[in-house]
Amino acid sequence: MSDRATRREGASGRVRPAHANVASPASLRGPLVMEADGLFKDFRIGRGKDAVLSAVRDVSFNLYRKAVVALVGESGSGKSTIAKLLAGQEQLTSGEIRLGGSRVEVSGRHDFRAYKREVQMVFQDPFASLNPVHTVRYHIERPVRLHGIAKGRAEVERELVRLVEQVRLTPAQQFLAKYPHELSGGQRQRVAIARALAVQPSVLLADEPVSMLDVSIRLEVLSLLDDLRERFDLAVLYITHDIASARYFADEALVMYAGEIVERGPAEAVTQQPAHPYTQLLVSSAPDPDALGSVLRTGARGLGRQAGSALSTATGCRFSPRCPFADDRCRQEAPPLVRVSADRAAACWRLDVAAPSLVTTHGGGGVEDMAP
Amino acid sequence: MAAIVPLGARGTERLVRRRKRAGGRRLSTKARVGAVICAAFVLAAIIGPYVAPYDPSVQSFLPGTVLHAPDAAHLLGTDSLGRDVLSQLLVGLRTTLVLGLVTGAIATFIAVAIGVSAGVLGGFWDEILSLLSNVFLVLPALPLLVVLLGYLPQKGETATIVVLAFLGWPWGARVIRAQTLTLRSRDFVAASRETGERTWRVIFFEIMPNEVSLIAASFVSTVLYAIGTSVALAFLGLSSSSQWSLGLILYWAQNGNALQLNAWWWFAPAGLAVALLGTGLVLLNFGIDEIGNPRLRDASGASKIGGKAWRPSDPTPVVLAGSPAPRARSFASAFSRRSAPGATAGRAAAGQGGRS
Amino acid sequence: MSAVAAQPPAAQPPAALSEKPVLEITGLSVAYRSSGADVKAVERVDLSLHAGEVVGLAGESGSGKSTLAYGACRLLRPPAVITAGSVVYRGRRLGGREVDVLSRTPDELRELRWREIAIVFQSAMNALNPVLRVRDQLLDVVDAHLDLGKDEAHERVASLLDLVAIPRDRLRSYPHELSGGMRQRVMIAMALAVDPEVVIMDEPTTALDVVVQREILSQVVELKERLGFAILFITHDLSLLLELADRVAVMYAGQLVEVASAHDVHYGPAHPYTRGLLNSFPSLRGARRELAGIPGSPPDLRNLPPGCPFLPRCGFATGSCAAIDMSLSPVPGATDPWHVSACPFVTPSTPDVARPRLAGAGAAAGGEPGRASGPVAGGAPS
Repeated sequence: MSDRATRREGASGRVRPAHANVASPASLRGPLVMEADGLFKDFRIGRGKDAVLSAVRDVSFNLYRKAVVALVGESGSGKSTIAKLLAGQEQLTSGEIRLGGSRVEVSGRHDFRAYKREVQMVFQDPFASLNPVHTVRYHIERPVRLHGIAKGRAEVERELVRLVEQVRLTPAQQFLAKYPHELSGGQRQRVAIARALAVQPSVLLADEPVSMLDVSIRLEVLSLLDDLRERFDLAVLYITHDIASARYFADEALVMYAGEIVERGPAEAVTQQPAHPYTQLLVSSAPDPDALGSVLRTGARGLGRQAGSALSTATGCRFSPRCPFADDRCRQEAPPLVRVSADRAAACWRLDVAAPSLVTTHGGGGVEDMAP
Repeated sequence: MAAIVPLGARGTERLVRRRKRAGGRRLSTKARVGAVICAAFVLAAIIGPYVAPYDPSVQSFLPGTVLHAPDAAHLLGTDSLGRDVLSQLLVGLRTTLVLGLVTGAIATFIAVAIGVSAGVLGGFWDEILSLLSNVFLVLPALPLLVVLLGYLPQKGETATIVVLAFLGWPWGARVIRAQTLTLRSRDFVAASRETGERTWRVIFFEIMPNEVSLIAASFVSTVLYAIGTSVALAFLGLSSSSQWSLGLILYWAQNGNALQLNAWWWFAPAGLAVALLGTGLVLLNFGIDEIGNPRLRDASGASKIGGKAWRPSDPTPVVLAGSPAPRARSFASAFSRRSAPGATAGRAAAGQGGRS
Repeated sequence: MSAVAAQPPAAQPPAALSEKPVLEITGLSVAYRSSGADVKAVERVDLSLHAGEVVGLAGESGSGKSTLAYGACRLLRPPAVITAGSVVYRGRRLGGREVDVLSRTPDELRELRWREIAIVFQSAMNALNPVLRVRDQLLDVVDAHLDLGKDEAHERVASLLDLVAIPRDRLRSYPHELSGGMRQRVMIAMALAVDPEVVIMDEPTTALDVVVQREILSQVVELKERLGFAILFITHDLSLLLELADRVAVMYAGQLVEVASAHDVHYGPAHPYTRGLLNSFPSLRGARRELAGIPGSPPDLRNLPPGCPFLPRCGFATGSCAAIDMSLSPVPGATDPWHVSACPFVTPSTPDVARPRLAGAGAAAGGEPGRASGPVAGGAPS
């Protein structure tokens, strides 16, 4: 608990400037739409006073129009919780979400519906996110009518056809009449995307939108999302455990571990030259077809024998139990997210050992900032 | 109720339609037999009072019409007061069936209201409502009914319906609550909130259509319970004696010592009618279960393959078409392994037969 | 890394190849029997597994890869029927005896499974009994197949956990008290409990994080080297197979379309579908490639067109594709002499026609209106 308290103090003093100092590569794409500022989310587990799971700790980032920001992390790292916070499905413990510069406060039903007009979400499992008793038409028609996107029978009909064709489901009339179980996974996910886009939102939260789909289908859905982002000036938050897809799909990558952002920067740079030891582990763990068995045959790397714990009782860097570079300081004091270069930041005390090339290359600022 | 019945009907219709489209599967034999039996009883209840040959309450003490075995004039004979048993049966069937259906509808309505509310509201309300249904569930129903009906000012049909409905909802409520809890956490419910749907719409249009088969099953079993219990109550003399019902026939038969007098025609038709109606309802319930639970359907669907019945635990049946054709020379043996070119042979392995 | 990869690794003991395969599937067809027509889930598949070998079976969901593996063990439930083929098992313990799996009685099969052929399922949570401790579940397996004393059995169970690097104090845990990775390791320990010759792994790590996946897979490979069992590894992730498997079999619509060494699949894929799969996953290492993916969706098995089932999605399709019989034949010019493919027209040296077609977003060609996908270009919009 005390640890979290210091972190919160830090949020106003030490950490925030580091966050502000890093220019988001996503900002090059378009104007700022949504800001997440110092988000915290605790869940009570059990009845004890200390039985609090801080699922999200001091997470800040911005979403820009036409840009994709990827949130990368393993299951339980809090990335889906962030999506739910931004979607208004969960209440913040502390922090602030701003949409178009003004603070988001969803109090009544009306506010919520207005908010939903701007911020929409695509769920992970297309087999669960469509109601089996309703047709595709029902799923897409509801938001169109609820939000008054189109009025009158003919206009609604035109809008439905447009939405379904927009996600490349043709012939539209045929697909509108179908039930979810008559569609393949990829087609279902496209219906879910069409439903989310029906209200013409400015922000799309995509929570692992392709992880339940076959490899050959994934690319099509991702490229569809990419296409729609471009056409409708969408700001996309792409949540994934697959860091390789973030490399191809995202402008900025935020790597999460145990509820915190441990590294952020341009997706290409983060995947090609990871700074944080956890990102390094993530990158080296991804299947590498070029290795053709050689890496697996040499056996495990001795890293990460123990899964990270998000319980708030842990002190110090949450990755330290798995980190090969961890020293006493790492175990006692949590590292803040500090600037590594103009557009990159990492939360690690031992960057000089973990990623010496980054620290020496970009010199100055990074090292300075790392001093407590 | 008005909001639920049409929805339910539409949902079931859709379910059936989907089933048909999906695999061309129809209801199982069991369910069809059940549906036919129930339909026959409903028909009999509708037209019964109009086709009944006599007034069931008119007594006749003419010689040869008291406790008379079935003959052309009285197809099911007469009782000890000379009343026509067939007429009693036809008139009584309607009473019993209406009582069962109305009780079932009211009890199901309560069950749905409480079950869905508990599941959707969760937390405090869930605990209160669950406690309530558990209390009602452990109440010993029949003794309580006897006491309640015994002390009620008038023992009419309405009193029976109210009391039976009052005691008949908790089982359904528990099942529906459990289903609602699982449905509530499904993504499509969250997705409909994302769309901006109101809570009532989420309940009535997203959650409840998925519970149609469960609600129907709950309704059918409550009807079964109501019919059984009402017959038992009437048999004990705890119903109005002016309104003919299957139970009342049995009550009179018991009072008139029908069994001792060997007057089988007096009690057997009513008894068989109750048993048959019960069987029909149970079979119908099986059918509804199979619609709601595809696993049951598959288990019953694929029992016979290659002329033999298979249990689900059996290994995969092997039904080779005709005699095995002479196998084509495999590609691997065409290239002797030893002659495979040097170093690269290490990784390669054979066995891909060249099919021809 | 690439220097290592350029030459085929010699990890495969050459001796194994001079022996007959441990598991030999020939012409296996599995159908799901319904009131209408049969759904041909697996059609005339030949696949063999040698001792100590890792064979990867890749394909999309619904391609029949699991049906093939479970059908070969006769684990599928009755609407499924084996309609043709043979499955022969030759374990070391059987001393040269051949077992025809398809003609065994249920009791004989029970003996064969687990003792000789073990399976690791995708969902450990469903496969493990939630009300039994880990130790008791492992003991059940050991007791059912081995004739050991009480102490011996307990010792064996404990050593099984050592094998998969789970601390022994976890023996007393219930499945829900373990993490997903731990549960999957327990599953692997259970599969290895009585020293099987063949281990079938059905997407054992799909539900796990990459870090845990790598740990578990490297452990599996280590154990394989030590204990000498053969692995049939089923997954939809071809990139994983390339790293893990010795040989890769690619399945599409119930048929094998290509079988080759991992090296050949990676560097010289012959079948258009294999090429498509290789072009589907974004790579972390090396330069950014233009990703093409595979347009369209898999065919309906109830209503397969004649000839090649991949025809409607294929960029190389010609008029004669509808007439081919989908038999596997050797690929000319392949490094691997047993590299076989079902496509008689496309060889490793055929240039990729798919790329230019898919380069422009939404550009359609070759009878694929509106289905072609644009490249995923996060950095620079095309």
